[in-house]
Amino acid sequence: MYSEKVMDHFQHPRNVGEIPDADGVGVEGNARCGDIMKIWIKVEDGRIVDVKFKTFGCAAAVATSSMITELVKGKTLDEAEAITNKSVAEALDGLPPIKMHCSNLAADALKNAIADYRAKKLQSV
Amino acid sequence: MNAVYLDHAATTPVREEVIEAMLPYFKDKFGNASSVYSFGREARKALDQARQTVAEVLNADFNEIVFTGGGSEADNLAIKGAAWEYRNKGRHLITSSIEHHAVLHPMQQLEREGFEVTYLPVDDQGLISVEELANAIREDTILVSIMHANNEIGVIEPIAQIGAITKERGVLFHTDAVQTVGVMDIDVKKLNVDLLSMSAHKFYGPKGVGALYVRKGVRLIPLIHGGSHESRRRAGTENVAGIVGLAKALELADAERSVVVPRIQRLRDRLIDGLLQIPHTRLNGSRTERLPNNVSVSIEFIEGESLLLNLDLKGIAASSGSACTSGSLDPSHVLMALGLTHEVAHGSLRLSLGRENTDAEIDYVLETLPPIVERLREMSPLFSS
Repeated sequence: MYSEKVMDHFQHPRNVGEIPDADGVGVEGNARCGDIMKIWIKVEDGRIVDVKFKTFGCAAAVATSSMITELVKGKTLDEAEAITNKSVAEALDGLPPIKMHCSNLAADALKNAIADYRAKKLQSV
Repeated sequence: MNAVYLDHAATTPVREEVIEAMLPYFKDKFGNASSVYSFGREARKALDQARQTVAEVLNADFNEIVFTGGGSEADNLAIKGAAWEYRNKGRHLITSSIEHHAVLHPMQQLEREGFEVTYLPVDDQGLISVEELANAIREDTILVSIMHANNEIGVIEPIAQIGAITKERGVLFHTDAVQTVGVMDIDVKKLNVDLLSMSAHKFYGPKGVGALYVRKGVRLIPLIHGGSHESRRRAGTENVAGIVGLAKALELADAERSVVVPRIQRLRDRLIDGLLQIPHTRLNGSRTERLPNNVSVSIEFIEGESLLLNLDLKGIAASSGSACTSGSLDPSHVLMALGLTHEVAHGSLRLSLGRENTDAEIDYVLETLPPIVERLREMSPLFSS
């Protein structure tokens, strides 16, 4: 059902945890579907220098969360924002069709975190 | 540790003795039971014997047993067959909100055909209120269908009490006994039922064969029309080997129940007590009115599919009411009917035991599961330790 990459990220998720002094925090998903992702980012000079996540959900939700943390580290905010749920799924060699809708929300969570960072920055100026 | 199979509510392996009993009917005794020559007579004899065995175990009569292509077909035949037959008497049906889909979906189909269905709720223990059921019966009620025991949470419903009421009110009563036949003592007269469904593969028989008990005098419009098989209630050349297998499996289960079931129940209690040691874990459904082989718990802050996959990696086969495993976006209707929130229902785990499970396997599950839960919780944004 799941690709080897999905199972690898599911069994050995990268960058699990929280960043207490994060510059941006994003949440996506809802308990009804059974998938909630929270992501923390640390930003320096317009680049994401650290990222951590916590996810409640199925293997697809965990794997997409883990994958996006690998994809965005070191990227500029604009580059990170260009990442889509679809490209995360592709980086994992695909997801089962039913999981594309409910469990593939890492890019949305990341966008929320970047928006949070930008909003905080505006406030502090 | 080799694979630990704890999903007997889903299906069971076919017992060696059952396979042996079935084998001749694939090859040497392959005849069509409707034929007059010796091959046919052999098959007919086997069918008759099987029917007699099933009837005796259920305390029913020979002619009251109809073989079907499984439990779902038995449920469909009972519900649609009775509703269609008695539609001029009334159009109202009663069932519960925690039935198997093999009951709920025929009910929904009948609603599309102009019938009206009352879906009774259950309490937080998963039990139907007999009083509420009595109050739901109307002048135009023709059928009540309540499952004997629930497939997800293992709760045993008060079938005999309900049957006493339906009998008094002159309403037909069907029970889906797919989870209880082979596990509990089934006496259709004591249960006061008119119709009772069973499925062979739930009690170490083959898949694709089931039976429906139809009390004498109850008429049903068949789902499958054709030859005069099964006293014109189910057309189609009989699955002789499958039916022989069903009867053999039932006979064995009945003979061994008094030894096997207490042992399974002891293992179940060890599992329940062990799992409830995990913080933020609750048992789904009544502890006392419960199948001897069912464990259903909700483990908060984690999601069922993740748990199942992790258990699978450790060689443990189990099931969950999580949406991810149901093929839909909603968690199990049974768990939701208990009043569980979506988050909690997603973290449900069902372990259903069978005759081959051992104490060592229970030890292994109780050693393996808590660290998995801990790891998933550490990863969960809903959990703060």
